[in-house]
This record gives sequence, C-alpha cells and structure tokens, in this order.
Amino acid sequence: MREMIKMLIVLTILATLSGGLLAAIRDGTKDRIENQVLEFVKGPAIRSILEGATNDPIVDRFQIKDGDVERTFFVGVIDGEPRAVTLEMFGKGGYGGDVGLMIGIDTKDDKLIGVGVTTHAETPGMGAKAKTDPNFVEQFRDLTLEDPLNVTADGGSINAISGATLTSRAVCSAANDAVKIYEKLKPQLAEKLKEFNK
Amino acid sequence: MARSIVQEFTKGLWDEVPPFRLVLGLCPVLAVTKSVENGIGMGVATTFVLVCSNVLVSSLRKVIPAKVRIACYIVIIATFVTVVELVMQAYAYPLFLKLGIFIPLIVVNCIVLGRSEAFASKNGIFRSLLDGLGMGIGFTLSLSALAAVRELIGTGDLTIWEKPIQVFGPSYQPFSFMVEAPGAFVALGLMLCLMNLVGKK
Repeated sequence: MREMIKMLIVLTILATLSGGLLAAIRDGTKDRIENQVLEFVKGPAIRSILEGATNDPIVDRFQIKDGDVERTFFVGVIDGEPRAVTLEMFGKGGYGGDVGLMIGIDTKDDKLIGVGVTTHAETPGMGAKAKTDPNFVEQFRDLTLEDPLNVTADGGSINAISGATLTSRAVCSAANDAVKIYEKLKPQLAEKLKEFNK
Repeated sequence: MARSIVQEFTKGLWDEVPPFRLVLGLCPVLAVTKSVENGIGMGVATTFVLVCSNVLVSSLRKVIPAKVRIACYIVIIATFVTVVELVMQAYAYPLFLKLGIFIPLIVVNCIVLGRSEAFASKNGIFRSLLDGLGMGIGFTLSLSALAAVRELIGTGDLTIWEKPIQVFGPSYQPFSFMVEAPGAFVALGLMLCLMNLVGKK
C-alpha cells in the first residue's frame, strides 16, 4: 500500500512540474514562433508582392472580423502611405488540395498589385511552378478588380501553367475570393488603415 | 570494472558510439541524414535531451519507485523533447521544418531511454552528465559523418549551415540514390562494416 502511494505521489509531482515548465516555455516562445511561421511560410510571398514597401508588413498586421472568421491583413507602406494590403486565401480544387495564395491589393487605386503562392501540395515541376515560376504570377501584377480572373481556357486572360490548369484555376479562384472579401470589408479596412496613418 | 571519469565520457565517442556500436536509435539516423545540417541539428537536439534527462534521472534515482520508473523516465524525456521543439521553432524555424516529425520522435529514441535505464539510474549525477554528453557528441558525429557521405555523393554539395557548399563543382552528376531512403541503408551498412574493420585489430 505504501509503495502504491509513493508511486502515485512521485508520478503526480513529476507530471505537474513538467506541465508547469512546458507551459512557461510555451508562453515565453509563443509570439516568436508565430512571427517565425509568418516570416518563413508567408513572408516570402508578402515581400515579393509588396516590393516597394518601406515598412515591415509582417510586423504591421491587423485582424478584421468577417462573420465568424478573423482575416489577417498585412499592410505595406508605399510612397509614404499605408495603401497596400495583402491577405491570404485558399483556392479550392488544386491538384493536390487547396492552394494557399497571398493576394496584394492597392486600396487607393483599387487594383490588384500581385499574388504569391504560400502553401501548396501540387506536383513538383508542374503545379508547383505556380510558386517557383515568376512568369506565372507576373500576370497578376497591376490588374483591375472589376473583371473576375480566369484562365484562357475559361475565357479569361491568365495563361495557365502548361499541364497544371487545375492549379492555375485554384490560384484564380483564390484571387477572386480575396477581391470579394476586400470589397466586403472595405469600410472596416479603410478605418484600420486610417488609424495606422497616425 | 570501474571506469575512470574520462572513460565515462570517451566511451560514447568510440567504444560505445550509439548508432554504430550499440546500434540504437537508427530511425533518425536513417531518416534525417540527407544533409549535414540536418544531421548536426538532430544531433544537438538529441544531445541536449540526453544530458538533461540523464542528469535528472540520476538525481531522482533514489526517489523514483522501481515499478513506475519507465513512466517517470518517459515523462522526463518527453518534457525536454518538447522544450527542444519549442525552442527550435522559435529560433531555428527552417531547421525545424526540415527535421519535422523527427524532433518529437526523440522521445522514443532508444538511446535516450537506454542511457536513463542502463546508466543514469545506477550512477551518480556527474558521471551521468559525462555519459550523456559523450553519447550525445558521439551520436552527433555519427550522424554528421553519415550525412556527409550521403550528401556528398548524392548531391555533390555539403550543407553545414543554411547555404550548400559545392564540393565537386557544377559538372558533377549527382548520384541521387544516396540521398533517398535505400541509400541510407547502404551507407549505414558500409559505415558499420568500416567501423568493425577498424575496430577489429
């Protein structure tokens, strides 16, 4: 009996200490980990879209509630004005699942600045080119928001990556979704950006 | 057969070097040794866990009841592994992405549990510290050596830290079999053979 109690006590104390230590370390590293994830997963796409930005878009981010979801916007200061925002959307129907896409929008001129693929599971050498081939994403630079984007096979203006129409479609649909959300959240977005100006 | 303090440390480097002599913990040895960088990262992480858990197990060896000792060791080891995982995520995220699932898997690495059970639970704190350190460094060196062979032949490069260094130059045709899974077995087998040949005398 005594042995039983001793076992219980030792294990309980050990588990408690371990839990406490881990909670403390998690608290200490949480912010840094979040930043690292943003920096290495989304950072490259954001930076390539907001090329001329004079601030650090990953630090200057905010969230806006859109129904039940929180959308994170990354702000880019261009020509001394916080006029560019980027947000991430997931395009349905890629060949290997959803395609994560960062979309940059100029809030002053209402135009698409550019896009960049963040996370995907497309085939290397085919769909994965959406991320690695600059010629593909170049097509999304400086477009108006009025016409929905489509690949040429669907009557649009975007040349799909050869052999990866599905991926190209997913990218277009993610961009279109982002534009819809942007139009919807425009008032809140304008307010947030104004605050940012101060 | 009492060992001197120095021997406690050096046995992990050659006489009982974990993957080759004890043939323990082969899962990370085979899986992460695609580049030297991964090998070193994995080795350092394992060394940290080995040293910390050895010291703690050794200092608690009189308190831990024999019947639940394995459970206690696992709790201790898992704690340190999670510490490593969090710290690596916070400060070396690219490395964390490459090592991925193999960091949490250090918990079930036989070397760590094996040293706790076979050594730290029977020896003093200082000796356990040296044992953990020696084993850890031996493990790191073995991983790096195996990774160097595989990466050099498989890609012609060596990646010590972030940037690959071209060793054989651009005209080298990579023998990519070596950086894939079967290459790991072949390379490990050849290195074991070499170790046995050298150690035979």
